[in-house]
Amino acid sequence: MPSLTTPRDAATSAAAPPGRQRIYRHALPVRISHWVNVVCLIALLMSGLQIFDAHPALYWGDKSTFDRPWLAISAGQNDAEELVGVTTILGHEFDTTGVLGLSKDADGEPAERAFPAWATLPGPEWLAMGRRWHFFFAWLFVINGAAYAAYALLGGHLRRDLLPSGQDLAHIGRSLWDHLRLRFPKGEAAKRYNVLQKLAYLATVFALGPLIVMAGLTMSPRLDASFPVLLDIFGGRQSARSIHFLCAAALLGFVVIHLTMVLISGLWNNLRSMITGRYDIGDSGGGHGR
Amino acid sequence: MDARHLDRRRFIARAAAGATTLLLGACDKLSESNWFPRVLDSAEAVTKRLQRAVTGSQALAREFSEADLSPEFKSNGTQDPDDPAYQKLAKNRFKDWRLEVAGLVERPARFSLAELRALPSRTQITRHDCVEGWSCIGKWKGAPLSALLDRVGVRPEARYVVFFCADPMNMDGDKYYESIDIHGAYHPQTILAYEMNDKTLPIPYGAPLRLRDERQLGYKMAKYIMRIELVASFAAIGGGRGGYWEDQGYEWYAGI
Repeated sequence: MPSLTTPRDAATSAAAPPGRQRIYRHALPVRISHWVNVVCLIALLMSGLQIFDAHPALYWGDKSTFDRPWLAISAGQNDAEELVGVTTILGHEFDTTGVLGLSKDADGEPAERAFPAWATLPGPEWLAMGRRWHFFFAWLFVINGAAYAAYALLGGHLRRDLLPSGQDLAHIGRSLWDHLRLRFPKGEAAKRYNVLQKLAYLATVFALGPLIVMAGLTMSPRLDASFPVLLDIFGGRQSARSIHFLCAAALLGFVVIHLTMVLISGLWNNLRSMITGRYDIGDSGGGHGR
Repeated sequence: MDARHLDRRRFIARAAAGATTLLLGACDKLSESNWFPRVLDSAEAVTKRLQRAVTGSQALAREFSEADLSPEFKSNGTQDPDDPAYQKLAKNRFKDWRLEVAGLVERPARFSLAELRALPSRTQITRHDCVEGWSCIGKWKGAPLSALLDRVGVRPEARYVVFFCADPMNMDGDKYYESIDIHGAYHPQTILAYEMNDKTLPIPYGAPLRLRDERQLGYKMAKYIMRIELVASFAAIGGGRGGYWEDQGYEWYAGI
């Protein structure tokens, strides 16, 4: 049976309160790569928004069709000739004053910029510095991701903990129903990731992660010259830029759901397990009550 | 929910907001420090070395067809150099303009537009990528920089080609300049363009002569070129980082 426990840790931890059972859930390499990744994703997202702000419009194809972006964030005037922030998605305009297009800068002054100062790194409009942050943390993200992938593949983490079993997949409907009712496994079942977790982690780490890096590299004119296949895969440099942005949005979506689940399934227990490795699975007797 | 819970929630929310503000403030302080950007810069060296190692030096950037040309090619940076000497040359359609080639060369020389047009030419339809994120496709005709360098004879100690331009960039009158390395200078698509989309190069795009370096970002491709100098190091030129935008903090290696 696949299990996150290893023999040396299977015994109930001495630190657990009476009647509770703690298992060793996350191995050290997983915990380290997780927190390195947290830092990388924050720095990459925020410096990425800084870079986006330099030309806040997205297109499909090789070149920018300036009069027809599929996404654009800008400042404009409304009917009352007041300055407003406008976000245009597929030709539909939305008033996003205060956040997108028009927002307050660090001094409380109105600023015409796509993403607001509090969401970008650095805060003020500073493309050169945003790029430096982005490429530094991009390297860290890639190295960290590669180290994690190597560990997962060679150390058995992938096979043992992440790949869903046939039984998992057969009970996917049941797992979905439990999630919707915010019922989380306890006891024996809590020793493993559930099938939705497995699929979400697999898709994020082994699909979304590589995809966003590839799309980012396709924006490099030097790499495009040597590997034109990149342009064919993504359908041109501007498409790659759009896909890079959409992947970032998807990663942000994953993080939001992930943090929500962490909060409602037990903040301290989850946090502890990602720091010390030890996860409380509830009554030693098992069962799956709440 | 009792008041204590509310208080606790408010406290946590405020603490989180406060921590975020502190963190962002700290990041901005880091950006302004002397040492941290240097740490970040280590990535540029890694990118440069690795990209060069995996790409080889002679791969050509993709070339497109007439049908792919951008209907509206964005003109960025200087639109019309605010410089009396340049304006005088422009008025006479650059008949008096001469490209000076100097520095670490065997035979320093000056070239008129007619002489540049008499050199072998290359025409290419390529994608122009701005550091801001947009791309345009344009057709360029010009003399390969390699042909020009062969005419003047490059001395072995030359490592960079520096382009000095006519456009003043600030109140102090500092003019645009850029540099590429000698390997990039001999790339077949590195040309000194005097035509764009089958017409004489217009002023917003860098008349009379601009650089095309198709494997780097737009800011490397100096417009309004007046003088080319071959050097062993650009440390003593301008701010010492190899170009006007480099001196403002942009990467010298603009391959990504």
